[in-house]
Amino acid sequence: MSAREAFRVAMQALIANRLRSALTTLGVLIGVMSVVLLVAIGQGARSEITGAIEGLGSNLLFVLPGDGDFGGGPRRSSFVLDDVERIDRELLGGGTRVAGYTIGSEVLQAEGERLTATVLAVTAGYPAVLSRELARGQGLTESDVVTARRVAVLGATTAETLFPGQDPIGRTMAIGGVRYRVVGVLARVGGGGSPFGPDQDRNVLVPITSGQRLFGTDRLDAIFVRATATQTVEADRAVVRRVLAQRLDAEEFSVISQDEIIGVVGDILQILTLVLAAIAGISLLVGGVGVSNIMLVSVSERTREIGLRKALGARTRDITRQFLLEAIVLTGIGGAIGLALGIAGAQLVAALAPVPAEVTGWSIALALGVSVAVGLVFGVLPARRAGQLDPVAALRRD
Amino acid sequence: MSGGVAADASALLLEAIDVVRTYRLGRDVEVPALRGVSFQVDHGDYVAIVGSSGSGKSTLLNLLGVLDRPTSGQVRYDGRDVRELPDAELARLRNQRIGFVFQSFHLLPRLTAVDNVILPLVYRPGTKRERRERAEAALAAVGLADRMAHRPGELSGGQQQRVAIARALVTEPALVLADEPTGNLDTTTGEDIMALLESIQAEQDTALVVITHEPEIAHRAARTIVLRDGVIADGSSP
Repeated sequence: MSAREAFRVAMQALIANRLRSALTTLGVLIGVMSVVLLVAIGQGARSEITGAIEGLGSNLLFVLPGDGDFGGGPRRSSFVLDDVERIDRELLGGGTRVAGYTIGSEVLQAEGERLTATVLAVTAGYPAVLSRELARGQGLTESDVVTARRVAVLGATTAETLFPGQDPIGRTMAIGGVRYRVVGVLARVGGGGSPFGPDQDRNVLVPITSGQRLFGTDRLDAIFVRATATQTVEADRAVVRRVLAQRLDAEEFSVISQDEIIGVVGDILQILTLVLAAIAGISLLVGGVGVSNIMLVSVSERTREIGLRKALGARTRDITRQFLLEAIVLTGIGGAIGLALGIAGAQLVAALAPVPAEVTGWSIALALGVSVAVGLVFGVLPARRAGQLDPVAALRRD
Repeated sequence: MSGGVAADASALLLEAIDVVRTYRLGRDVEVPALRGVSFQVDHGDYVAIVGSSGSGKSTLLNLLGVLDRPTSGQVRYDGRDVRELPDAELARLRNQRIGFVFQSFHLLPRLTAVDNVILPLVYRPGTKRERRERAEAALAAVGLADRMAHRPGELSGGQQQRVAIARALVTEPALVLADEPTGNLDTTTGEDIMALLESIQAEQDTALVVITHEPEIAHRAARTIVLRDGVIADGSSP
């Protein structure tokens, strides 16, 4: 029997049992749909987060407390403002290249509006080093830092929420109950907030010194260094290490490049994606067991047909192939519909929810490949059983 | 009807030589169904195999149809011992040399008459169009030119058996094996079916082996083999 003929026979049999075929397909359909959808969400999260890190500009070095072991949990920082200044003095050229901050969360209040936002107590160079642009007004100055002036630069969302329909420049507001004057508004970064990271427009920048007073600390949570070129990243890293080592122990700080962070975060999210895919894969497996089950029922129902076909000249191979093809067609159709629904679902999620979703080529190939493979694997047992039926016994059965 | 009594070896289609078929029931119980049966069927022969229930008729039919192999002895087709042929070769033998007609027709209910007749042709080379043409010709030959697109459920018992006969003939077999072909039909329809089988046997020089428990059917054959308790009681030699 030719492959085309076998396919036609398989289709005939599946169409003869429409409802059952459809229900059997459903298991695989749901499995494939979940694989595609969950992988899309995982992948979307990954590109959003790595995108956000890349959005900070290029050739950045992050100086963080602790020895850089992510498994160790948060460390108490030993950085002080003087460290920023000492690093700045040692680095050559390129204008403002070092910044530091202390981060906190406070209630902001202005003219009856209230908002809880991220407060970034920063050195004057922070916007330049981390590629944040000013939309209106002016930024924080060295003099603001030196005098611990209570001035604030608002993120775009913060400005809109606290001062709806008004120009916030020159107005006063309270940060954690302390009066501040708004001097500038940052340009919108966009992307909104997602469950995977803070909204970069929902924050406020204050001079590091006044912020430290607000938080009751003299430490910095992190220091950022921008290298002038990719080639000088390592040289700058050596400088930062040398300067900090004069005052701190090696395990009190680590200097990590932007690429390293993207790599680590990307790896973590890739694992997350794979775990999601594996969980969805289990439902695909269950769908496969369903296919196997129904194919066994089908074989036992069609015993007489199998006996007849053998009497008419079908070889064991022809019968096996026929039933295997039926299983593959079932799972293939389920896979194709599941894929379509998965892609549609991912687009719906991306459009409606704050969760990004990104359908990738590999998840499509995987889903289709796996669904056909499921048909093959779970179809083999019933198909072999069909092929090996004794025609005499099969014909006798009523 | 030629009667098929030809002495030369080239006329010999199949030969059963001391055929024994024993079924095992459980571990130690052996039930002999055939206990040494020998006979020959020539090309164009018309043979009736008669016997009561339990005489070994069905077992013999399965062996002649190469759906089964003998426990000992030989069934030889065109001089080849069936026991030595692999399964795929037996399948080919059934497809190319043998046409089956069953008591209960064995049509696939979801297929139309013409698709039922096409069934044996899908297991041999050929285009879809050729198969269809052959199936339509076979249906026309059994008088069902106007019932091609009907499904078995829409046909009478006699018409269903005609479809089954068309299916047996569409491959132009050397042997038609009919197992109680009139068993599920009324007397008149049964007569018609037998007449149809006989006309085909005569016109196409196809050997016809009819298995029956009805003496009036058996008497129509050129030769009768009577089975009793697994052995030939009468008519082993032509």
